[in-house]
Amino acid sequence: MSRNSNNTKDDTHTIAVLVENKFGVLAKVASLFSARGYNIDSLCVGVTQDPSVSRITLVTRGDAKVLEQIRKHLSKLIDTFKVMDMGETDSVEREMILIKISAPKASRSEIFQIIDVFRGRVVDVSTDTITVEVTGDEGKIHAILNLLQPFGIKEIARTGKVALTRGAKTLKGSKN
Amino acid sequence: MELNGSQIMIEELKAAGIEMAFGIPGGAIMPFYDELLKADFPHILTRHEQGAAHMADGYARVSGKVAIIVTTSGPGATNLITGLANAQMDSVPLIAITGQVATNMIGTDAFQEADVYGCSIPVTKFNWLIKDVNEIQNVTREAIRVATTGRPGPVLLDFPKDIQITRAEYTPRESVESPLPAPRQYPELDMDGIEKLLEAIERAERPVIIGGAGIIKSGASEELAKFAKATGIPVINTLLGLGGFPGTDELFLGMPGMHGTAYANFALCECDLLINLGARFDDRVTGKVSSFCPKATIAHVDIDDAEIDKRVHTHIPILGNVRDVLITLNERLRPGDYDEWRQTWTDWKANYPLQYDWDGSIKPQYVIDQIQEITEGNGIYVTGVGQHQMWAAQFIRFNEPKTWVTSGGLGTMGFGLPAAIGAKFARPEKDVWLIDGDGSFAMTLVELATAATYNVPVKVAILNNAYLGMVRQWQELFFEKRYSHSHYPENPDFGMIAEGYGVKGINVTDVNEVRNSLETAAEHDGPVVLNFLVNKEENVWPMVPAGAGNDEMQLAPPSREARS
Ligand SMILES: Cc1ncc(C[n+]2csc(CCOP(=O)(O)OP(=O)(O)O)c2C)c(N)n1
Ligand SMILES: [Mg+2]
Repeated sequence: MSRNSNNTKDDTHTIAVLVENKFGVLAKVASLFSARGYNIDSLCVGVTQDPSVSRITLVTRGDAKVLEQIRKHLSKLIDTFKVMDMGETDSVEREMILIKISAPKASRSEIFQIIDVFRGRVVDVSTDTITVEVTGDEGKIHAILNLLQPFGIKEIARTGKVALTRGAKTLKGSKN
Repeated sequence: MELNGSQIMIEELKAAGIEMAFGIPGGAIMPFYDELLKADFPHILTRHEQGAAHMADGYARVSGKVAIIVTTSGPGATNLITGLANAQMDSVPLIAITGQVATNMIGTDAFQEADVYGCSIPVTKFNWLIKDVNEIQNVTREAIRVATTGRPGPVLLDFPKDIQITRAEYTPRESVESPLPAPRQYPELDMDGIEKLLEAIERAERPVIIGGAGIIKSGASEELAKFAKATGIPVINTLLGLGGFPGTDELFLGMPGMHGTAYANFALCECDLLINLGARFDDRVTGKVSSFCPKATIAHVDIDDAEIDKRVHTHIPILGNVRDVLITLNERLRPGDYDEWRQTWTDWKANYPLQYDWDGSIKPQYVIDQIQEITEGNGIYVTGVGQHQMWAAQFIRFNEPKTWVTSGGLGTMGFGLPAAIGAKFARPEKDVWLIDGDGSFAMTLVELATAATYNVPVKVAILNNAYLGMVRQWQELFFEKRYSHSHYPENPDFGMIAEGYGVKGINVTDVNEVRNSLETAAEHDGPVVLNFLVNKEENVWPMVPAGAGNDEMQLAPPSREARS
């Protein structure tokens, strides 16, 4: 398989799956991974423009053979409409992260500068912490975490990746 | 008309042509059972839910039709898990209907509540927890479609007690609105793939066919016979493919792999074209993948694309129904010249036949040979799991598809007796022979009560070696004869046990009684258990050790090799 990828590491893949928006379907997707010993690095689920359909975006790792099996088994689930390896088309990938940084008065201005460069948003401030929200692709998130590290990161929460293909192309998923 | 949830489900089951049910009632499924009294298909009350599942499994393998299994919630449903896993591994269609606690009790650790939806995800093709009476019509219809189409498999419907009695308007309908994504459309026949295969067949010098369960399930036996006859290509059948090609045909090479025939494994090692028709390259067939068919172009026809390239790299993948593909192949065949190859494999067949020696004890292979002789390959043959299963696979020569019922993928000891009962329900006109092991038989022998109650005349031949024989064989060969917990020195008197269940039971200890006892059993009007006290230390040969390549096959124990 060749890919012009947004997938930074060679064996990391972002896969989008359109499934029935129904209880238990996520358990089936998770079971498929656990039954085969495959790991999920991140997972993000939300309803689509069609309320009966959910979009699962998951990041997983594996060589071409493993990926092929993952794709085939995801497609085989009765509740699945569509599966796509986002690395195989030109796509936009984003993740949001909340970072709580220890920020005594002395270092605040420097922290604000970094946040500014990354177009982050300060969403909470206390006497000695700042919480910032940053959205971007993996590279950007990685970079800001690196830069903020020296100030002391107290806690982070990441949403996991979501992705859409560029241009007019979409992942069709509705029943009709 | 207004019906309750149970009635609606039964109407839909009838409309779908369900003809058979197996199960055991309990609190959470009682309303459904109450309506089942009025259903016009029979229900067989079993002694264990696992038995019900295997009966439905045996019934489906022989009839090609789907039966329902009905259990209560909690333990009734969890007792099904082995049966579902077994059917899932061997792609057998089943519909399990399990009672569940009322919807307002779900998640409260209510009496006999179990997360059956969660438990059954990995062992079903599809499952569903019914939460609304109005979805029953669509869901039941879809359950049957999913179970029986594409690659078949088990489906479970978890049915809460309150929904079973909730009333709703019901209108019988020709077609229903599917609550599921549209079934996957299989592509038009892959003509490119087929053309590539035809070219490979024309070019090949040493082609061989391996026919799997896909031949049986797609009803492709006749097309396979045409294909083999027209080309002269020899046929290997996997464990689950047995019966897909006549066992007496000169083109038949038997079973491949771990306990396959020598000539099948030789053919795999030497062939230059392997045509896999609906087999999934199980590890017991391939042995070490790196030395599997080392010289061959590999073509694989399968209805499930997740099987293609899963373990063995395929040069010519063809996604599709095996029968459809064979029909097209047969219309365009351009066979090559395989005369030299034919000479090679016919010599192998002559020089390395299956054999066993004769020492005055009852050899298990001899009993199977005799069963073969008196039934002339026209019976239905069912097995447990172990050595006896491998001998049955080696020594029975099947005449037809759907006459061989064995647990392949999961290797479920205890499958035999209930599966045989299910098989007999499917084809009452056929003689159904269960060839079982003492260990396997003991796991589900309680279903003798079912055979007696419903007078199901299955013929049981226990090849009683007082061992978990297959385990003992591995211990002898690979664990320096340390027989850790594989011996049953105090086996019960199975003949007497049978009598206790009201089933004719005969213990056979003398080799001269074997034929007679089999004939007695065949003529007896009712179920029979023949308990053959066979040679305890007989081993299954040939054997490819686990993890080794098929080229490392041992024909017989080293000391005996010279003689055979
Ligand atoms: C339910 C289950 N438990 C354990 C095993 C492992 N196992 C495979 S073959 C075998 C021995 C079977 O003994 P028996 O039924 O007497 O047959 P034999 O090999 O002696 O012919 C065992 C224990 C299994 N396949 N299934
Ligand atoms: Mg035994």
